[in-house]
Amino acid sequence: MRPLRRLLLDPPGESDRVARSETDHSGFLGGAAKMCEVRVVVALSGGVDSAVAAALLVERGYEVIGAMLRLWAECGPGDAHANRCCTPDAVSRARRVADQFGFPFYLINAATAFKDQVVDYFIAEYGAGRTPNPCVSCNRTIRFGLLLNRALALGAMYMATGHYTRVRRAGGRYQLLRGRDPHKDQSYFLHVLTQEQLAHVLFPLGDLTKKEVRAIARQRGLPMAEQPESQDVCFLADGDYRRFLTHQAPHLFRPGPIRDTSGRVLGQHQGLPAYTIGQRKGLGIAATEPLYVLAIEPAENALIVGTARELGQGECLVEGMHYISGAAPAATFRATAQIRYRARAVAVTVIPLQHKRVHVRFASPQRDITPGQFLVLYDGEVVLGGGVICKAQQSML
Amino acid sequence: MGTPERHIYLDHSATTPVDPRVVEAMAPYWGEVFGNSESSHAFGQAAASGLEQARQTVAGVLGCRPAEILFTGSGTEADNLALRGVAWAARRSGRGNHIVTTPIEHRAVGHTVDQLRDLFGFEVTRVPVDEYGRVDPDDVAVAIRPDTILVSVMTANNEVGTVQRMFRIGRVCRERGVLFHTDAIQAAGRLPLELDDINVDLLALSAHKFYGPKGCGLLYVRRDTPLVPAVTGGAHERGRRPGTVNVAGAVGLATALRLAEEERVAECARLRRLRDRLIEGVLAYVPDSRLTGHPTHRLAHHASFAFRGVEGESLVLSLDLEGIAASSGAACAGGEPEPSFVLRAMGLPPEWSLGSLRLTLGRANDETDVERVLEVLPGVVERLRAGG
Repeated sequence: MRPLRRLLLDPPGESDRVARSETDHSGFLGGAAKMCEVRVVVALSGGVDSAVAAALLVERGYEVIGAMLRLWAECGPGDAHANRCCTPDAVSRARRVADQFGFPFYLINAATAFKDQVVDYFIAEYGAGRTPNPCVSCNRTIRFGLLLNRALALGAMYMATGHYTRVRRAGGRYQLLRGRDPHKDQSYFLHVLTQEQLAHVLFPLGDLTKKEVRAIARQRGLPMAEQPESQDVCFLADGDYRRFLTHQAPHLFRPGPIRDTSGRVLGQHQGLPAYTIGQRKGLGIAATEPLYVLAIEPAENALIVGTARELGQGECLVEGMHYISGAAPAATFRATAQIRYRARAVAVTVIPLQHKRVHVRFASPQRDITPGQFLVLYDGEVVLGGGVICKAQQSML
Repeated sequence: MGTPERHIYLDHSATTPVDPRVVEAMAPYWGEVFGNSESSHAFGQAAASGLEQARQTVAGVLGCRPAEILFTGSGTEADNLALRGVAWAARRSGRGNHIVTTPIEHRAVGHTVDQLRDLFGFEVTRVPVDEYGRVDPDDVAVAIRPDTILVSVMTANNEVGTVQRMFRIGRVCRERGVLFHTDAIQAAGRLPLELDDINVDLLALSAHKFYGPKGCGLLYVRRDTPLVPAVTGGAHERGRRPGTVNVAGAVGLATALRLAEEERVAECARLRRLRDRLIEGVLAYVPDSRLTGHPTHRLAHHASFAFRGVEGESLVLSLDLEGIAASSGAACAGGEPEPSFVLRAMGLPPEWSLGSLRLTLGRANDETDVERVLEVLPGVVERLRAGG
């Protein structure tokens, strides 16, 4: 076993990595070289993607250990609601995969850390008038934080997940690339990864499409081959974040004014967390043309609305920028940007500022630039990094 | 690396394998003698005969009357029945409303007491434990009030192995006229359980902790103790624990208890030597380690430790990958987000209490197992500390 400290300082070479972009998936499945000495912890969710990731690694000859995180879940009256990522069903599906392929399976308790780092962040962001992305926060602190550390502590060289994304080593550094399947690409959620983390992760599905993954699952007789996908936030008992917030943080719901962009009061809102940027329904205002939420102003507890013409924003300010390369560019550069998961990548000019902030200027105005969401920058299929949108503007200069 | 060649089982406080002699004793009761022990025909009588022999055997080991033994579906169920049964009986007769217990009880007791408080309005006092997890009988005496109906103190703790001063606590309860229940699930086969010596009124056991089958527990209820059934139904176990009796299980429990008691003195002397070598070695070879629980008033098979700055869950998983099956605290605490409540109640600071490890020996273990642990554990702890 290699000593852990050495592992952390000295990422292993490329020869034993399976998820390289240059490896096509048939080559990957072929798996001529045996990997008996390489221990990998696979983060299982009970879903088809992570199960196939584990299956592929076993077939490739890695020494696989399955791990599932026990996460915090909202408790309903009288009976316990399990977090969607670790329901008893999900645990038993993951256990069946481990049994089928004969590797050990462990539950790793992360409930307290998840509550502190993800759920409390989620509530605090709504309290600050922003729309959070808890999955990004979970990846940074829990999945690729706590769980990756546990994996390394167990003597693993890598942690693998079922994300549709790829890692490539280029010029002595690791790059994160979009997944090959454009409909499933999950690189947006992983833009927070660091060089140290990328040195120790494998994404066996990066070169596969969802269709291929389902086919592999069927071929291998995996119990969750036809499992439907869920996009809800995992810790919400019913997928309704407004109900969740009214239970967990009722103090955030203070009625206040709805104004137009000229400051005229048009009505009263029910509490800012009930609204998101671009929302049209449920404003309760009679107007000659449809009105949309343009901005949320927590300092004044005000909701700013306007017409469709006022929706487009040409620029935004992004804070807490993280660059995957580890080096923040000093000069203005061009890139493409996604303002949320599944948004189309659009051309932008990025102007670096002090304190990990950047101005982002869009080639054409964008609708629904939402503070709290992450803006992720790409150079083609390479993820450059990203940060939190803090302010959208018509024109800053 | 790779899969270890031999797995060493050091988690006998979680469960034990069924003794082959127990399997043999149970064998007739799956098919040949399958009757319902409440049926009046020959098939029922054969089953009833096996059941009553089992009850007789248990009564012989515990030094009580057969009629004072109720067979249940688990140790947890036995604890539940004892607490709810006594509390509801007191409620029915208006005798009192107050229960005294400790902060280190197994959840089978702790959660039941909480439910009696939260849903049924009983008042609960938890007397403190010292740094070794021991209750001071004088504290129990002080906690007892005129309206106290029950004192519940476990005989030996599952996480840290500490044995309580049962005789003195029992005497306090007797003097004050309060019923005394004990969860003796960890103690069976490891401590003498002579009921009259400890003045206990209700006592819970679980077969699978002493090489019997899972799904079989018992509750001793002293004659004339008022007890309202917690499960209602037919006439089995004189209506106090309705539900068709698991006769095979009762026979298994009784056989396992008899064998464990017959072999107890010799086996405990053997385990104590192994345990002391294990404790001595771990404390010597692992820096920043300490024994949790009492150094001498502890179960013969039980060694529990805390390692500063180590995460207990990772420790258990790392040992498993090395072929050593251990646990961090209690087996059923797997989903618990907090550091062990037992260690917290004993005043262990969090930087220690997160890194707990329990190694519990049993019949199959020998010196080579202990030496293997002493060979592997220091390196595992060091690696986890380096990675933390």
